[in-house]
Amino acid sequence: MSPLLTVALGTALLGGLAGALGPFAVLRRQSLMGDVLSHAALPGICIGFLVAQERSLPALLAGALIAGLLAAGLIQAIQRFTKVKPDAAMGIVLSTFFALGVVLLSYIQHAGGAGQAGLSSFLFGQAAAMLSSDVALLSVLALMTLALLAIFWRDMKLVAFDRDYARALGRPVDAIEALLAAITAVAIVAGLQVVGVVLMVALLIAPAVAARQWVDSILPMVLLSAALGAGAGVAGAFLSASARGLATGPVIVLVAAGLVLLSLVLSPRRGLLRGRK
Amino acid sequence: MTTPDSPLHEPQLALHVEDLTVGYGGAPVLLDADIDIPPGVMAAIVGPNGSGKSTLIKSCLGLVRPAAGHVRFFGQRLAQARARVGYVPQRSSVDWDFPTTVIDVVTMGLYGRLGLFRRPGKAEREKALQALSDLGMLDYADRQIGQLSGGQQQRVFIARALVQEADLYFLDEPMAGVDATTEATIIALLQRLRDQGKTVIVVHHDLSTVKRWFDWLVMLNKRVVAQGPVETTYTRDNLRAAYGGQLAVLDPADHGLAP
Ligand SMILES: Nc1ncnc2c1ncn2[C@@H]1O[C@H](COP(=O)(O)OP(=O)(O)O)[C@@H](O)[C@H]1O
Ligand SMILES: [Mg+2]
Repeated sequence: MSPLLTVALGTALLGGLAGALGPFAVLRRQSLMGDVLSHAALPGICIGFLVAQERSLPALLAGALIAGLLAAGLIQAIQRFTKVKPDAAMGIVLSTFFALGVVLLSYIQHAGGAGQAGLSSFLFGQAAAMLSSDVALLSVLALMTLALLAIFWRDMKLVAFDRDYARALGRPVDAIEALLAAITAVAIVAGLQVVGVVLMVALLIAPAVAARQWVDSILPMVLLSAALGAGAGVAGAFLSASARGLATGPVIVLVAAGLVLLSLVLSPRRGLLRGRK
Repeated sequence: MTTPDSPLHEPQLALHVEDLTVGYGGAPVLLDADIDIPPGVMAAIVGPNGSGKSTLIKSCLGLVRPAAGHVRFFGQRLAQARARVGYVPQRSSVDWDFPTTVIDVVTMGLYGRLGLFRRPGKAEREKALQALSDLGMLDYADRQIGQLSGGQQQRVFIARALVQEADLYFLDEPMAGVDATTEATIIALLQRLRDQGKTVIVVHHDLSTVKRWFDWLVMLNKRVVAQGPVETTYTRDNLRAAYGGQLAVLDPADHGLAP
């Protein structure tokens, strides 16, 4: 496979994966949580590097995942034990973890040594570095996510719409929410290499917001969102390859943002132009 | 004599609440509440804003963890009685722009029974349609919930609880901000449930209709101020104790107050 095709396939899988999970983040008003998880991954990546003493992908991603979940747990704890409002709690945790990440990153770069060079690519991603083994991993993740969504679909829908009622019915709300958080965190971490910690949340949210403008039911919304995410991934890969020096991750995000803008304006039922001639 | 530890505790009561204290991290908002409601009544829970009415319902349903106390339904713990208890939350508690249809929302009432793997089929659809028809909403089955009026939203929520086929229903302010037709439809339906022997517990905000619609009354203001049959409980003294200075708005002639 040509390198460009590999990258395009990888970004399509990643866009589809994030796109499929995005509607749950958006409908549950947890969009900012996605941003926390991705920003909080940076110190985890750095610590993963320091522990492994090399740029080993499994170590970096494990660090990212642990740091992200730690941040999520910290936010829960702040909400439970203090009177700080959720958005403020997320803002504090996000910036603290990110600052710690940047400090560690600059320390590692200053210390020099082999293999640290690529580490800063986690800030904005480096899709061109994607290997066919990464694509294989993304395929497995996408299939697993698909299976989990299919199995727990009904409860996920119910929890997204009315979690108190779900609990009153005796549904395992905490387990469903934990599962959603876990697969979203894994998808985010999988995307860090490509889009970077700063922009990853856009890949989660933008396709979902765009899809919502066109459909009125949650299943079509998830399918369309996944398709738009995959489309943005492919388009971003080819667009950035068409000119020298265009970073793939940010181009993907710009394509996704363009889809949102178009949808907000053109959607027949919800768009800004509806009912006008 | 039964104790809270026995499998059946006060089985002759539809709802038995004892020593219930609930807070949200700070001071308790519900203090030492003892409430007994017999089966087959239509009970109103009244009290000023913030007096703990929603909190009472939520802690009965296990949505808020009480600091102390216990709750029994027909003598059983919530875990055993779950399928016998229906719930209609406050309408404002969900996002009505959520992408789903009316029939879909009503079918959610059956998810508890379906478990993880059984898909809703024809029988479930029939049940949901029947509940919608009972509430005069059959024509709206395939509508987007975002297109409904406030009264229609409320009817959809009640239809969702109706398919649970519970023996006891909690409704949190079902008459708040609904039109007159919806109000009449809802009250007729609730009275029919009561006449079938079900227990209906309604958080209610309009004192002027308490006497006409309900046969049991719980007055709340952080503590239980009074409870019992409406005729003996709906008194000027009790209202004053529950509402304090806000009682001035009441005209006894209009509201059939007992002396
Ligand atoms: N989730 C919550 N967190 C903190 N305080 C709450 C929460 N829900 C309710 N309260 C407080 O508890 C008190 C009782 O509220 P509630 O049970 O909703 O009263 P009511 O339904 O009678 O209006 C109020 O003072 C309210 O501000
Ligand atoms: Mg209330």
